[in-house]
Amino acid sequence: MTLLLDVQNLWVRFPTRSGIFEAVRGVSFELGKERLGIVGESGSGKTMTGRAVLRLIRPPGQVTADRMSLDGTELLTLPERDMRKMRGQRISMIMQDPKFSLNPVMTIGQQMVEAYRVNRAVGRAEAMQKSLDMLRAVSIRDPERVLRAYPHEMSGGMGQRIMIAMMLIPDPDILIADEPTSALDVSVQGQVLTIMDDLVRQRGMGLIFISHDLNLVAQFCDRVLIMYAGRVVETCKASDLHDAGHPYTRGLLNSLPQLDRPAKRLEALQRDPAWADAPGDGAAL
Amino acid sequence: MTALALSGLNVWFGDGPARVDAVRNASFTVAKGESFGLVGESGSGKSTILRALTGLAPSWSGAMSVNGKTLGHRRDRDFFKTVQMVFQDPYAALHPRHTVDQVLSETLKLHGFRDTETRILSLLDGVGLGPAFRFRYPHQLSGGQRQRVAIARALAPEPAILLLDEPTSALDVSVQAEILNLLMDLRDEHKLTFLMVSHNLAVVAHMCERIAVMQNGEIVEIMPVEAMRSMQVTHRYTADLLNDSINYVRSSPVDPSPSVERVDPD
Ligand SMILES: Nc1ncnc2c1ncn2[C@@H]1O[C@H](COP(=O)(O)OP(=O)(O)O)[C@@H](O)[C@H]1O
Ligand SMILES: Nc1ncnc2c1ncn2[C@@H]1O[C@H](COP(=O)(O)OP(=O)(O)O)[C@@H](O)[C@H]1O
Ligand SMILES: [Mg+2]
Ligand SMILES: [Mg+2]
Repeated sequence: MTLLLDVQNLWVRFPTRSGIFEAVRGVSFELGKERLGIVGESGSGKTMTGRAVLRLIRPPGQVTADRMSLDGTELLTLPERDMRKMRGQRISMIMQDPKFSLNPVMTIGQQMVEAYRVNRAVGRAEAMQKSLDMLRAVSIRDPERVLRAYPHEMSGGMGQRIMIAMMLIPDPDILIADEPTSALDVSVQGQVLTIMDDLVRQRGMGLIFISHDLNLVAQFCDRVLIMYAGRVVETCKASDLHDAGHPYTRGLLNSLPQLDRPAKRLEALQRDPAWADAPGDGAAL
Repeated sequence: MTALALSGLNVWFGDGPARVDAVRNASFTVAKGESFGLVGESGSGKSTILRALTGLAPSWSGAMSVNGKTLGHRRDRDFFKTVQMVFQDPYAALHPRHTVDQVLSETLKLHGFRDTETRILSLLDGVGLGPAFRFRYPHQLSGGQRQRVAIARALAPEPAILLLDEPTSALDVSVQAEILNLLMDLRDEHKLTFLMVSHNLAVVAHMCERIAVMQNGEIVEIMPVEAMRSMQVTHRYTADLLNDSINYVRSSPVDPSPSVERVDPD
């Protein structure tokens, strides 16, 4: 397969008063033109993995890896100037909360035009046109009105679609989406996912889809990494997620109430300290 | 016996052109010991019904009653001895500078209990928190532990009815399972009546015997859980809601043939 991103032995560490906290511990994965899901409980290191790829871990946090390359370019040693270009043009990330990612005092049009012109020598008119196209691409019906609006005038679903549109402006090779639909109603969630899915297919993008929703990832992605305590405990095809072998994955699946299968009690997850030490290559125990 | 009854309830915010009719003509009853669920997309009026019951909605019309007693516009201490509420965000619901001990002892004193010491310990034990948690502050607790404290506080007055507003929506599925099990155990033990709001249909189906579906402030359908599980619904909106919660990803409306070759993941 076309290898876009190659991450080997990624660690993210934070010095704290009680010593070094290891948020990501030896994570390795490869990403092609596919939809790769990352699932796990909150605190398992999903967001920090995504941010580390973009080199968005703020000091005093430290990132190390044996390799973290995009199309053969090593990102770890790239000067910050070049890295900024990477972030503008090759890799985009949709953050967990779109409300914090948009500038509240600028119209959506101003922000989109600015984002487009950061890396491209084009006039305002062309940037405006491209922004309208992007909003249409994410199924926004009245893009002219949206361009004139401020972020707070948008509903959650609209805000999330606008974020996706903005992230797509540079036509990135890789899109990292951090819980992009977790705050949305199921009906809107479906729309946003359908849009992302179409874009991934049409543009041949690689997508890293971070979520805590196992059912969603099983339906939406091609492949899944399951994280526990900063490690990948298991990797599987998304369609096989419901038959996953690792007791942690099984425990998460079994703890879900099922609409079509009534149960008197839900299964509580019995944690095994050994999971935290499981081999990072994802072999099941 | 009827624990809760709503009849033709209307709730609105603001007036004139700014008026929002959040709940329109809502009617249902919940029997003693029953669990009744409210589902529907956000903004459909679910929380507003719970707020109206607890006296937090400024303007409403229609009738509401608890254990046969008609509710007026004010809620007295007696009401909160019978009805308690658990919210979605346990962090916002707990005072950041109060320890678990303070949270519980205040509530106990407010309701006239004297043996606070033994009650605090038994409340903590009841929600699966050991005595070690007694003097912790909210920020020293995980999300699930905070929700346990919120439930312990709600149980302190020994209520008969719990109003639950998305009690596990902010929690991981593993923690959700623990909290839902806990609520079911407490319901059996104390013969509680639940009125539960959730956008997660599987959670509501797990907890409730009957479920009302809300859309735009109105109840469009009330059904037994079996009907929901087997998709035997009469209203189109309910069918859509069920479908959306099972099939997240719809087939693409445009050209279904991918223009890029799908990559074999292995
Ligand atoms: N600045 C920081 N200092 C110390 N620990 C941090 C910092 N940022 C995140 N962490 C910790 O890193 C772990 C992983 O966080 P995160 O990647 O955000 O988890 P997830 O996205 O899976 O919920 C968590 O335990 C979190 O508390
Ligand atoms: N304090 C308020 N002032 C004005 N409108 C409100 C207020 N609270 C809720 N609403 C409106 O009432 C409607 C129902 O809200 P809510 O009951 O919170 O919905 P749900 O819980 O189903 O998501 C929404 O349109 C919401 O915007
Ligand atoms: Mg996260
Ligand atoms: Mg609500």
